Amino acid sequence: MKPAPFEYHAPTSLEAALELKAQHGDDGKPLAGGQSLIPAMNFRVAQPSVLIDLNHVPELRHISKPNGAVHIGSMTLQSTAEHDALVAEHTPLLHEAIPNIAHPQIRNRGTVGGSLAHADPASELPVVALALGAKFRAQSAKAERWIEAKDFFAGLFATTLQPDELLTEIAFPTKTPNTGYCFTEVARRHGDYAMAGLAAVIELGANQTISAAKLVYLNVGDGPVDAVSATANLIGKTPDAAAFKEAGRIASQEDMSPYGNVHATPEYQRHLSAVLTERALAKASERAKAAK
Amino acid sequence: MSQTFPISVTVNGKAIEKSVEPRLLLADFIRHEVGLTGTHVGCEHGVCGACTILFDGKPVRSCIMLAVQANGHVITTVEGLATSEDNMHPIQNAFWEAHGLQCGFCTPGILMTLVPFLEENKDPSEAEVREAISGNLCRCTGYQHIVDATLLAAKKLNEVTE
Repeated sequence: MKPAPFEYHAPTSLEAALELKAQHGDDGKPLAGGQSLIPAMNFRVAQPSVLIDLNHVPELRHISKPNGAVHIGSMTLQSTAEHDALVAEHTPLLHEAIPNIAHPQIRNRGTVGGSLAHADPASELPVVALALGAKFRAQSAKAERWIEAKDFFAGLFATTLQPDELLTEIAFPTKTPNTGYCFTEVARRHGDYAMAGLAAVIELGANQTISAAKLVYLNVGDGPVDAVSATANLIGKTPDAAAFKEAGRIASQEDMSPYGNVHATPEYQRHLSAVLTERALAKASERAKAAK
Repeated sequence: MSQTFPISVTVNGKAIEKSVEPRLLLADFIRHEVGLTGTHVGCEHGVCGACTILFDGKPVRSCIMLAVQANGHVITTVEGLATSEDNMHPIQNAFWEAHGLQCGFCTPGILMTLVPFLEENKDPSEAEVREAISGNLCRCTGYQHIVDATLLAAKKLNEVTE
């Protein structure tokens, strides 16, 4: 099928884009990479009356590291971030996650901000953003604010962005000492939506026990799922196989309620999540030890 | 709602100027407005890869882009590979020789995925080739001959540059 008719705008500055967003509010759908929106429009699942194409807004494409965080403009292509030296060096979790987003052809159009604002629970970037405690810059014609990752995602394909706001920039905190990161997922075919997956962060204290941890899962709930019980239980433990197995058990049994889908039952998603937790924690802890 | 936009796009080296409705997909623009039907439209939601073209030299899905977004950009389709009917691109020759296609529906998308891949990977392993074509579906070959053809193409391209 083909998209239903819509009014099209292609602003060439951020100011003009924010002006259009203020004017059209919820009816004005921002077009980023279009790798989720246009398929939805082809199927007419989405029928926006006004499309605000952000591809000609140069202010939204940039990567820099001013202090303590890698700042990425929302319209930065996923393939640009994938091959960026700052991202690779300072945000290893993001660097490891990006190649899992669909295929190179998609990452050549798909944007970092587009994927985050779309808030698909099966997607990789929301999980990474939540695991790292990223901050989201929301701008409107009148004002701007920074939103914490934990306050940004608001359920299935929903965020706390207001009708007159655009996501303009995301700040991903840089890696910290004695900390290891790992992203892993299982899909039936590389590039397909994963049946389960997670971002793991583990910090080792002076006595080589776990001093901080974060486990965030994809496709097992309404958004990125933060396994708070499993991580609370890890604090103070020795980073060994028994601790990781227990974390997987708690995360998969208590912290998530997967819906299941055509490829995986909820039970199988729990099983995969538990196994992947063990692997991710083992890898992250190995990396934490090496990250002195 | 019959708003149209004038666009100017370079397709296979030729400047094309048309006026398009914003909802026209780039794949349909290429097929119906430019008349190049080598770009195939399969799933229309970015999964099958049949519509893959080069957009400013990079492989993208033309079925999930709007034609109006191509304004000012450079597009290469499968028709842009061969220099003449008798002088096919080394990748096309390799697909012919190694039986890299049966019905041919997926072939244009696979070729347009592989052209930039083989430019960046002169000597790919079989696993790398399989990963490179993971975003392109083929329902005939079982992929084995596509992989063989790609490895043969890499060899041919290296001979050309030597």
